Amino acid sequence: MTAELVRGQNLPLSRTRLEIRVSAGSPVVAAATLGDDRGRLLGPDQLVHPGSPALPGLEVPQQAAAAHRLAVDLDAMEDAVHRVSVLLALPGGAGGPARFGAVASPFVAVTGLDGTEIASYTLTGLDTESAVVALELYRRQDTWKVRAVGQGYAGGLTALLADQGLAGAAGIAAAVQDAVAEGRARSVAAPPRPPYGSGPRTVTQGAGPAIATGAVAPGEAASPPGRSAGPPVAASQEAAEGGPGARDARQAPGVGPVDYTHPARGSATPPPPSAPPDSPVPPVAGDATGWTMDERLYNQVWGMFEDLARSTAAYRSAVDFADARREQELDKALSDPRHRLGGAGEGARTAADERHGRLVDQARQALDRDLAQLVAEAEVVEPALPAAYARWDNPVWQGYQVPAEAPMALRLGDLHLPESAGLRIPMLVRLPLERGLWIDCGPTGLESAILVSPEELRRLATETAAALAARLLAVHPAGAFAVHIVDPAGTASGPLGPLLRSGVLSEPPASGAAGVSAMLARLTRRVDLVQMAARGGAPEALPADVDTAEHLLVVHDFPHGFDDRAVNQLRYLADEGPAVGVHLLVVGAREDAAEYGPLLEPLWRSLLRLTPVPDDHLADPWVGHAWIYEPPRVPPGSQVLQQVLAQVAAARHPWNR
Amino acid sequence: MSVNLSKGQGISLQKNDGGTLAAVRMGLGWKAAPRRGLFGSRTRDIDLDASAVLFAEKQPVDVVFFRHLVSDDGSVRHTGDNLVGGVGAGGDDESILVDLQRVPVHIDQIVFTVNSFTGQTFQEVQNAFCRLVDETNGQELARYTLDGGGAYTAQIMAKVHRAGQGWQMTALGAPANGRTFQDLMPAILPHL
Repeated sequence: MTAELVRGQNLPLSRTRLEIRVSAGSPVVAAATLGDDRGRLLGPDQLVHPGSPALPGLEVPQQAAAAHRLAVDLDAMEDAVHRVSVLLALPGGAGGPARFGAVASPFVAVTGLDGTEIASYTLTGLDTESAVVALELYRRQDTWKVRAVGQGYAGGLTALLADQGLAGAAGIAAAVQDAVAEGRARSVAAPPRPPYGSGPRTVTQGAGPAIATGAVAPGEAASPPGRSAGPPVAASQEAAEGGPGARDARQAPGVGPVDYTHPARGSATPPPPSAPPDSPVPPVAGDATGWTMDERLYNQVWGMFEDLARSTAAYRSAVDFADARREQELDKALSDPRHRLGGAGEGARTAADERHGRLVDQARQALDRDLAQLVAEAEVVEPALPAAYARWDNPVWQGYQVPAEAPMALRLGDLHLPESAGLRIPMLVRLPLERGLWIDCGPTGLESAILVSPEELRRLATETAAALAARLLAVHPAGAFAVHIVDPAGTASGPLGPLLRSGVLSEPPASGAAGVSAMLARLTRRVDLVQMAARGGAPEALPADVDTAEHLLVVHDFPHGFDDRAVNQLRYLADEGPAVGVHLLVVGAREDAAEYGPLLEPLWRSLLRLTPVPDDHLADPWVGHAWIYEPPRVPPGSQVLQQVLAQVAAARHPWNR
Repeated sequence: MSVNLSKGQGISLQKNDGGTLAAVRMGLGWKAAPRRGLFGSRTRDIDLDASAVLFAEKQPVDVVFFRHLVSDDGSVRHTGDNLVGGVGAGGDDESILVDLQRVPVHIDQIVFTVNSFTGQTFQEVQNAFCRLVDETNGQELARYTLDGGGAYTAQIMAKVHRAGQGWQMTALGAPANGRTFQDLMPAILPHL
């Protein structure tokens, strides 16, 4: 079993002929130093690097690569050698990463010659460092051990070598970089996704064979031939193994980038860290659990609702955090008297702004990714929705048929968040309605509504009520849903026209105080009787004029024409009605009812508030964002509402004895 | 292949093939207290609770525990409270699922804790363990045993933190005392 080492941990080695495998997200230079028992370098020549790749018992590759194999024979080491430090350095040069923090954490493994891993170590936590001591193999009382070191140097190879006691470290480091640059120029093997995107890819044909073999990690020679079954190795190594003939054949001019990976082996080179996750599976409508398609779509829509709520929560949380952090950093910078003068304060401000911008950008990217996925899902889900879940402009309403049974839910409108302006989530509520609806025709908070005059707002509210009542009628089977209208002042005939003219109502709107109280009394009696019958388990005992169908009472212009008694009856209906199939749809404004004082507060609270214009007053159940609600609008000029109501009326008449 | 972690040891959550893990599950299991005494109904159940605290640069941002089962962003989910523990056969009694790809960008550490809600110390708890599972294929990545627990009622188990482009897990195994994660906050902070 492999031991996964943590920084500082050591492990005794049971064998002396080893391979050290390195894999990194981008090409790195591998080197090693030989030190004495006190950790000092044995001498200026006790360093193996691409410019001087071999010492007894140790060889390193001559070029930078994303994966390396270093062959180590500890028995062949001179006796004075007590410590072998394995170093990794970024090759530098134009286009390449300059710090380990910008690439995936390098991974080193100590393996036997047969490929079995003995120990491995992932060098995490590196940031500005461009050179690092990855591992140490050291001799302790005649046993060799490996230790995970992970000591990075922001000063690069120069600083690292100087720290090991090497005189003239800068010169040697430069020699290493030169050798690497030379190796790169003649290199045939670009990593699968070269970070040197603009760098030279040219290959000098004549230089082929000799250099190719030189580039092979020395460990290859010592490896048993059956290595193909072993762990995968890097593309660069495979390339060299392919042999000059094969390579030349594939390098016909004009072929473009050559893929040197062995067709039968996977590449060990990790993909660049920025690689996007697997592209999401294209969304499918009805991709949720449920017994019926309607239920699956309902669950899918609620799933999208929750996903959007949570993605936005993640985004807002990140932005809040970024804001708070910037605030703190600025406070700190400003409280430092040294920053009051000169450009230091300005610098701190710029730095804080940059950090803020970076985090917000990242958060926005994550949100955009999620939004794109949800938008794609909405694009397939919307057209697949049944009439009860669909917008009025959905073609499904054009082919409307009176259903045989009521749906499980109804779309009351659309929901969205300011961050997701392009995405509308259908607001689906279960049927039968658990609470009455209130179309608020009073002034609302959103800016878009301020321009709408109060009269217009009232008209829109009544239209919204008509559209919702028509929706409820249309999605129920014929005769199973009755709509009653209370219109004390008789002002609703215009916007309610489609309902009144189509013949879907069994009686004209009740008007005047007398009409209101008669209607309320009748529905109250119905609620009482059905409640009693239900409690007594004797629904057959109901009088002939009381049925168990669902009723919707549309109260227009509340509370005009209502006296205290009527208001109390309405409250009773709001509380007790839904359980026995009597629902309320109240059009009114809280301000108009102010004279009733707190008496009506419970009524408003028991109703689901909807607005005739977009308004952000609905909260989701998971995070509690304020969602912007938009009522279902019939497209201008469309006759869909009239057509649907005509069908409902036609289906009703046989029942309307 | 699973790694038996010892205290302070870390493992990278990079897959061997270079990809990163998409979702991990922190499972917590323990053995229900044996029924003792004459009255079988009068048991002293052990209720351990797993919690996860999400940190952004050492500031707690969100918590997932038995009263808040899903983080607001939806990336961390608790599968529900278990009040008595299991048979101690190795199954998870409480789990916390982490969708690493959906963790908000500012969250850089997620600390997992275990509390004894009923107040027993870990000396009295048997076969308690915490393990990290690759949720995509059910493979156990790391296991950490709570055996040899001392006279304390909580443990800061492990943290999953960002490392480079991926995530890393470090076993912490630090003892603490407290009934819920709130009591542990001072003890968690030094481990961030």
